[in-house]
Amino acid sequence: MSEAKKIDWKGVDDMPEMAVSLSTMRVNKTASWRNLKPIIDYDKCKPCGICWKFCPEPAILLKEDGSPVIDYDYCKGCGICVEECPRKAITMHREER
Amino acid sequence: MPKLMEVVKNDNLFTSGHRACAGCPAPIILRQALMVAGPNTVVSINTGCMEVVSTIDPFTSWNVPYIHEAFENSAAAISGVESCYEAFKKKGKIKKDMNFIAIGGDGGTYDIGIQALSGAIERGHRFLYICYDNEAYMNTGIQRSSATPYGSHTTTSPAGSVIPGKKQKRKDLTEIIVAHNIPYAAQASPAYRNDFMKKVEKALACGGPSFINIISPCPLGWRFNPDESIEIARLAVQTKFWPIYEAENGKYKITHKPREEVDIEEFLKVQGRFAHLFKPENRHIIDEIRKDIKYKWDRLERLERLYSD
Repeated sequence: MSEAKKIDWKGVDDMPEMAVSLSTMRVNKTASWRNLKPIIDYDKCKPCGICWKFCPEPAILLKEDGSPVIDYDYCKGCGICVEECPRKAITMHREER
Repeated sequence: MPKLMEVVKNDNLFTSGHRACAGCPAPIILRQALMVAGPNTVVSINTGCMEVVSTIDPFTSWNVPYIHEAFENSAAAISGVESCYEAFKKKGKIKKDMNFIAIGGDGGTYDIGIQALSGAIERGHRFLYICYDNEAYMNTGIQRSSATPYGSHTTTSPAGSVIPGKKQKRKDLTEIIVAHNIPYAAQASPAYRNDFMKKVEKALACGGPSFINIISPCPLGWRFNPDESIEIARLAVQTKFWPIYEAENGKYKITHKPREEVDIEEFLKVQGRFAHLFKPENRHIIDEIRKDIKYKWDRLERLERLYSD
């Protein structure tokens, strides 16, 4: 995924012709929204991609072999993955900061 | 239906970090739609939850060209974009094939944007309109809209001793759109993701205007725990509250028929907005909702049979 891009504006001539965004939303880390933290038990997980498909952020990414990894920088702790996992391989734990 | 590992590559078109409430299924809908549509897509969104959470100035969640439009005219804007593209393509300035998607909430589609949508469909532009239907004006504080179901509590139809929630019945927008003689119109649910992605693929390939109305349970407005939102979207289909079907050139087909009967109370009792219906004096509203659902389902089945041969 592309990270935040920086645009240098020195004068009026450098201004773009239309409205552009200065950077992506990925600079806003939403980890602090979370009270409960989902943890994947890889012994139970048979990579099916269901948690990845239902993650609203997306904070669950798929590795090359199809197994999911949780990106804790963006996970809001909504718990949809825990509810939807057919093998109950994801559980919620209290967040410690 | 595209292969899983093919669509994984398109997962970066709607990025994380957006400010949607935890458990909101609308970003899932956007992700799934964009995964099928791919990077050559132009998106236009009218004011609503998804515009507010995904484009907080100066940031954006979108890795595809994106236009924010006023509340009523996302369909009008995308029809302009499509006309411009067709003109450029004729002159040879653009070579690649592009998809056009307009997205609106139920307030911007059922109420405010219906004339722009109706006009764009009538003019026959090639675009897909996705309405994520969370059944009230959730972004501004849960006011009733014409998509709010009968008996639902909202801040402008509060349930109490005077009225038992919304007194009017909801409008059936998908039927209104089918009446435009549209090539493809469908109703979907995020819980049936393969069905939804297949519908997006079909809609983008139909070569004309297309419309998908998709239910989007709102944890805040419907009053349930954030982790249940997909489960509730599934219950809505299983209880036939939100039948998922498609109408291809007016030919109806129900794409998922629940195997066993699930009573509507299963869907109502998990939501705080319907909690008042379980009081003895409001029980008749549940009976009426049940009757309406049965009537609509029977009608759909009859329409499906009509076109089955």
